[in-house]
Parts: sequence; structure tokens; C-alpha cells
Amino acid sequence: MSATQSGSAAGTGIGASVLRKEDRRFLIGKGRYTDDINVAGQTHAVFVRSPHAHATINSIKTDTARAAPGVVAVLTGTDLAADGIGPLICGVTVTSDDGQPHRAAVHPALAQGKVNYVGDHVAIVIAETYAQARDAAELVEVDYGILKAVTSTAHATDKGQQQIHDVAPNNMCFNWPFGDKAAVEAAFAKAHKVSSLDLVNNRMVTNPMEPRAALGEYNTGTEEITLHVTTQNPHVHRLVLSAFNQLAPEHKLRVVGPDVGGGFGAKIFIYAEELVVGWACRKVERPVKWTADRTEAFLSDAHGRDHVSKAEMAMDKDGNFLALRVMTNANLGAYLSTFATMVPSYLYAFLLAGQYRTPLIYSEVKAVYTNTSPVDASRGAGRPEATYLLERLVDVCAADMNMDPAEIRRKNFIPKDAFPYQTPVVQCYDSGDYEEALDKALILADYKGFPARAQAAKARGKRRGIGLSSYVEACGIAPSAAVGQLGGGVGLWESAQVRFNPTGNVQVFTGTHSHGQGHETTFAQLINELLGVPIENVEVIHGDTAKTQFGMGTYGSRSLAVGGVAIAKACEKLIAKGKKIAAHALEAAEGDIEFANGNFSVAGTDKAMNIAAVAFNAYVPHSYPAGLEPGFDENAFFDPLNFSFPAGTHVCEVEVDPDTGEVEIVKYSAVDDFGRLVNPMIVEGQVHGGIVHGIGQALLEGCRYDSEGQLLTASFMDYAMPRADNVPSFDVDYAPTVPIHNPLGVKGCGEAGAIGAPPAVINAIANALGIKHIDMPATPESVWRAANKAA
Amino acid sequence: MPTVKMKVNGKPVTAEVEARTLLVQFLRENLRLTGTHVGCDTSQCGACVVHVNGKSVKACSMLAVMAEGCEVTTIEGLATGNTLHPMQQAFMDNHGLQCGFCTPGMVMTALDIVNRNGNELDEATVRKELEGNICRCTGYHNIVKSVRAGAKAMGSKS
Repeated sequence: MSATQSGSAAGTGIGASVLRKEDRRFLIGKGRYTDDINVAGQTHAVFVRSPHAHATINSIKTDTARAAPGVVAVLTGTDLAADGIGPLICGVTVTSDDGQPHRAAVHPALAQGKVNYVGDHVAIVIAETYAQARDAAELVEVDYGILKAVTSTAHATDKGQQQIHDVAPNNMCFNWPFGDKAAVEAAFAKAHKVSSLDLVNNRMVTNPMEPRAALGEYNTGTEEITLHVTTQNPHVHRLVLSAFNQLAPEHKLRVVGPDVGGGFGAKIFIYAEELVVGWACRKVERPVKWTADRTEAFLSDAHGRDHVSKAEMAMDKDGNFLALRVMTNANLGAYLSTFATMVPSYLYAFLLAGQYRTPLIYSEVKAVYTNTSPVDASRGAGRPEATYLLERLVDVCAADMNMDPAEIRRKNFIPKDAFPYQTPVVQCYDSGDYEEALDKALILADYKGFPARAQAAKARGKRRGIGLSSYVEACGIAPSAAVGQLGGGVGLWESAQVRFNPTGNVQVFTGTHSHGQGHETTFAQLINELLGVPIENVEVIHGDTAKTQFGMGTYGSRSLAVGGVAIAKACEKLIAKGKKIAAHALEAAEGDIEFANGNFSVAGTDKAMNIAAVAFNAYVPHSYPAGLEPGFDENAFFDPLNFSFPAGTHVCEVEVDPDTGEVEIVKYSAVDDFGRLVNPMIVEGQVHGGIVHGIGQALLEGCRYDSEGQLLTASFMDYAMPRADNVPSFDVDYAPTVPIHNPLGVKGCGEAGAIGAPPAVINAIANALGIKHIDMPATPESVWRAANKAA
Repeated sequence: MPTVKMKVNGKPVTAEVEARTLLVQFLRENLRLTGTHVGCDTSQCGACVVHVNGKSVKACSMLAVMAEGCEVTTIEGLATGNTLHPMQQAFMDNHGLQCGFCTPGMVMTALDIVNRNGNELDEATVRKELEGNICRCTGYHNIVKSVRAGAKAMGSKS
């Protein structure tokens, strides 16, 4: 089944699978990514990074490096501090159980006397060529006093562990309880059955295919810094670099996120390298370019996930969920990345209701420091962790109650007539029909036919398993007031400007950022639908603080659900103004003007005027309504009223070879509720990509540090990314409902697959092997061990 | 510094390069052909695939001087004027790209797959052959569709 079939609209408006406007430049090699940009006088930077996970710095000797051929400068934390460049910040405060804010360790962009993870930034070497910078970086002599490293998520706060930061006793960043502990304990005490599960959510390296990069230029005349950087949110970069890092005043700092080769969260954050490059270009008065190699990306990109949890569900005799209790240790790494604290707290615990009526939920999240790379949002951010825990636990519940996994889910689903539904964990789901998605998914997956297929596989010496995952997520991030109440330092509205040029074509300036999502097409379709302008006459502009109004960027599947609505609001303003202009030109009353399909017309007559002609009148206002401003160019901001709540059921079917432990995904079916689809082709592509991200986590990807804090998986040789021959093609369908809080009726689709897939895959493997649990990644070795132990 | 001469996208080029310059660096830095990308440093990701004398090569695994006298084709050399190569067109028609970063390598690899396996490609063959190219966006579903469609289109053109 293809998504294009569910897009009913012909033409190029909402619902049409229009081919992407942005593809041509990428297909002919004319994409313009940060490292593709070269400017006159450019120098090249290489960072000297700590080879130790935890060490004091006794001295840094840079003389030899400075004298090396081509070297322009070697700068250290001392230089940075002398110039008053502030430390990196974390923008969300979480209150710990002692009533104090989380323990925030100072995070210098270049080390100040101590390093806390392998890859920590010690110095920047700037030279005429990349090779010279790399050669000279090897000549920087750093005398380290090696300390013991802390790497275990589960044991970071154990007594006797090495202390990492003075400010955080026992390496605890925060201990955050949420929910009514006593009520949950009471429910457990009278439960018919308690199912429990210990599980690990494996650490992931996000790995967008384009490594991070930055190019800083300083104009001595205007005293302006221009920073091209791999970012998902240029204005957030500019705001933080200016307000917190004192790089330059906001109006003297231009941040450009040009074509960006994937983000998945890893390019939200304000990283040390970007700040240091911006600062260094002013210091040396030369453009400075830095591009990470892949190992640097592994060492210094913020990682994702890394939870160790215990989950327990109390049930009555019929398998109704009575209460859920979750204890989680979350690894935040050596320092707090930009949004690190929010991920294992609000984005995690507030999703623990899932699709279920569970009336009581208590969770306790212990967020710990370790000597590893910082951990922050990665595709789904907190929601995959919550979903994996819950959907694995539900399968254990089903086994303990001797129920079919589909039926225990159905029994506990929030019924479709209960929406809007207030969960016990803050979120109020605005729409959903979980049973419809489940039913459709079971048909798509031929769930009924599974026993016969399992028999046939058995005859071939294989073990076949089927697994479900019924997820819900909260995206369309986020109502600003809610963000503020939760300790966030920003508002999460979005902005748009829709500008007609005098000749009638349209430029849409959006505060979101596209790095693969296809906004240049989807947003043009909105304009086509709302204003009747052909999509080839629409250009979507994003990613440059000098071109677009302030905007919050792209993450949390928010671009259409928040940014798209801002575009629609700007269109409404244009239509309202256009009615005045058309009324004057057509000599009619404003109230008699109707707008449809790009034409303003006088109701009940054949008098009409195209929107392009209205735009021309607005710029050449020779005969124009008195008192009306010239110009046809409107700005709008939209602050969402609620999160949006995509949901669905994914069904994974696997065949395990018990002799080799190899897992083949033989069929994967996904039925999702994303509300209304603007471009079904693009949505389906997002679903595919998300699912494979999730399959990667379930079967292949695992970031490993040894006990000394050395990263063992620091290249694509050691860290297994999903490849074409690891995954199947997918069956995708939809079960849409109407989100009452979203004016466009859309929900967001970028993260759903990565959230829904991991438990579906692991549930299928557990089913195939007849075991309670297997941790991710379920590699051939661990599957083989499980298969041969259970046999 | 050694001098290197080769033909890139049909045009003769000559440059002095450090002996350690990789082919991909030569293309990107010396010739400013930035369509060929660098996604890793262990010849795993395939973002840098180009053709050298008609065969696909990861341009990060070869020194520029090793391409002396060779004919190199990059992603910039495929389209004819405004007309995309059938494989490029197939990627567009089948939504075979999202962020576009792996795309040049995917397309160059796809052409090599067709050259070696013909125009009628089954899904399993395409998936196996794409093993050396990593994409984080698409989940491969639409890339596989694109390669098969592109292969077919190339067959009907010749």
C-alpha cells in the first residue's frame, strides 16, 4: 500500500504527492552544505581533543605548534577566558527532589584546567591549509594528570565513584520524582498481578550523514560575524551565542544554516566548536573553517538515549492496567548539552501513559554525569525511551496474563470517545483512535495468518516472531507557556512571512529549517492551497538570520504543525488585505469580496481579480483604498495551544536463524495517525527513515565506552549503521484523526518511526525465541546466546 | 609537489598537489566540485563515490596522484544541460533523497550497479549492492525503488 493512494487531492495543494522542488540541486551536485562554502582568505581549523576521559591539565605547550609551517594561531581556554567568552549553557531547568535546580557543571568551550571526556576540546589550531592545521595539532603538548573515569549509567552515583564535578555530589545532576508515589504503591499492594522488567535503552550516536561544520567570517568594517554552521535552528544559535556566550551582539551576528545534511536532533545544540570558530575568526581577522571528520563526530556530537530502567505494571485479574512504576537512570554525559535536562524528564516521563488508561503513574529519573560525550535529544528524544519501556513491558504483561499482545493493548486503550483525554502525566491528548490503527495494522500485517507462517518457518529450521508497538508521541513542540512553566528558557512558537513580489511570485520566509524534510515543497503546497499561487512561483527561504525573521527552528516534529500554521496565518492576513484592495479596484463593498483559487471576486458577479494583480496594485498603489498601507507582505507568529499527538501501531515480523543468531525482518507494517497529510509522498519517506532509525537501534547500533572512558565505537567500522541490506521495504498506511488544537489539522511525522519501531522489533524477537526480554541492540551474538539458552 | 593530470567530466585538468592529497580532496578543494561529499574517514559511507575510468570508486580511498591520466566522472558530470540523467530523474520521481548528502554517492553507485548487473534489477540485488552506501534519512525503501526504476529507464533509452 502506498501513501500516495491516500493523498486524494489532485494538483499541487494539500494532499498531493508533489515531487520535491529542492531535489534538483541535490541531484546535480549543487547542494550547498557548510563545507562546500569557501571564502577568500579562508584558514582551516583543527581541534586538539583530550585523549583521556578524565584528567587535569597541568600544562599546555603550544610553541612548537605555533612555529609549524602555515600556522596562523593556536588558541586555548586561557585565551577564551581572557576574551570573556562564556561557557556553553543548558536551557532547561529541572528541579531535583531536594527542591534545588539541577546541578549544572560549568561547560567551557575550551578546557579550563580539566577535561571530562575523550574528545573534550583543549585547543584550536588554525593554519593556511587543513593538512597544516592537522600536522600542527599533533605538536601541541598537553601534560595531563589522569583521573579515574566514570562511565556506567547504572553505577555513576554509587558510593566510592570518582567525582567528576564539584558542583554535583555523587555525580548526580538531578533526581526527579514525578507522580503520586503513595497512590501507586497502594495500587501495587492490591494488584492481582505485577509484571516487571529491567531494561536498557542503548546509547545511540545520531550520525546525520553530513558531519558538523562551521565557517566563521569577521568583517572588520561592519564588526559583524557571519557564521555558517550545520544547524537546525539558526536563530536559536544566534540567540545563545550572543546572550549567553558573549560572542557578539545579536545584531552583529549572522548565523546561516545553509543546506544541512540531516540533523535528527544532533544539530540543534550549540557546540563548543561553533562558538570557538566564531570567536577565533575575529581574533585572527581571517575566515576560519572547521569540518568534523567522522571520528570527531562520534567523539563530540551529543549522543542519544542511554537509560537503565526498571519498569513495573500492576494489573487486576482481567489485565486492566492499574498503575505503572518506573525507575530510570539517565546518562547525561560529562556536561549538559543545550537541552539535555529536558530529554529524560519532560519528554520522557510525560509520555509514560502511552495509549493506555493507566490511572496512576509514578516515575523517578536519576540523571547522572559520566565521563562520556554529552547526551541530548536524538530523533524522538525521550519519547522513544518511554515508548520502548512501556511497549516492552506491555508484552511482558500479556505473557504474564496469558493474553494476546494485541488484546491486552486493545483492552487498555484510551477509547476514541474519551478524547480530549487527560493523562495522569500532564499531557492532554487531543485526538486519537488507537483501536482503528491497531485493527488496520493487524490486517496489513496479516496477524491472523502468523501462526501458519511460524509453522512453515519452523519446518525450515527458523524461528518466526511477530511484535506490536502501539505508540503515542507528543510533538508539534510546543506551547510557550507550558515550556516556561517547565523551566525552559525559550518560547516555542514559530514565525512566517509571506511576501508577494510586484510581479506576483511569492517568497515564504519561515523560522523553521529544512535539512531533508522537504519544506521547500510542503510549504509551497500550503501557499498553493491557501492562495492559489502555482508552486513553481513560490520560493521557501529559511536558515539565515539575515533573511528571515526570528524563528525557533526544526525539531520535535514541529515545522508543519507550528511553522505551517504560522504560514497559514500570514496567508489569512494577505487575503484580508487583498479583499480591501480588490474591493477598491472592482468598485464593490469589501464585504462582497470572496477569495477562492487565487481570485478575489465580487459575490454573484463575474467581476474578479487575480491575487497577482492585487499584489501589483499594492506595490503600485495609484488607485488604492484610502489609508491602506502599500505592499503585499505579511508576517505572522503562531504559538500552539497544545502539543500534537501522533500515534499508531507498528507490527514487525522477524525470522531468526537459531544457528547464527541473525534476525531478518521479513515484514514491517505501520499504521500511523498524523492527522491531515500535506504531501503523502514526503510523509511516507519520513516514516521509512524513522523506522530504519528505530531498527538500527533495535538490531545494530550501540555506542560503547570501555571502563576507562575510551569510545570503542568511534567510526562506521565499529558502530553499525543500518544499511540497505539490513532492512526490508515497508507497508505504510494511515488512520488519521483530527487534532482539535491544530488549525491545519496536522500532527507531525518526523520522529514517529524511530519511536514506534524499537519495541516492535524487540517484541518480535522475544516472541520468536519465546523469551521474556533481550536488550538492544539484538546483535547476532546476543540473539544466538538467547536462542541457544532458551532452546 | 607532484603535478597531476586527469580528465574530470570530460575536461582536462592539471594541478600541483601535495602527494598525500586524496582524490576527493582534489575534486572538492582544487576543482571546487563539491557535489562529491565526505561522510566518513573509513571508506564506509559511500558519499564520495565517483567513477574512475568507468568504475565506481570511493574517492576517499584513492590519492589524487593515483588518478593520473584517468577519466573521472562526478555527479556534476551526469546531466545533459537541463536534462537529468535517467538515474537522477528516477531518484527525483521516487523520492529517493531527503537531505541530499548521500545522494551523489548513491547515484554514482547506482550507475555502477546497472553497468555490472543490467537494467532489470531485483530488490535483493539492489540492497546487497548498496551495502557500501549509508543513508540516514530515507530508510532505503525509496532509494531501492529509485535504482530499480532508473535502471529500467536507462535500458529503455539505449
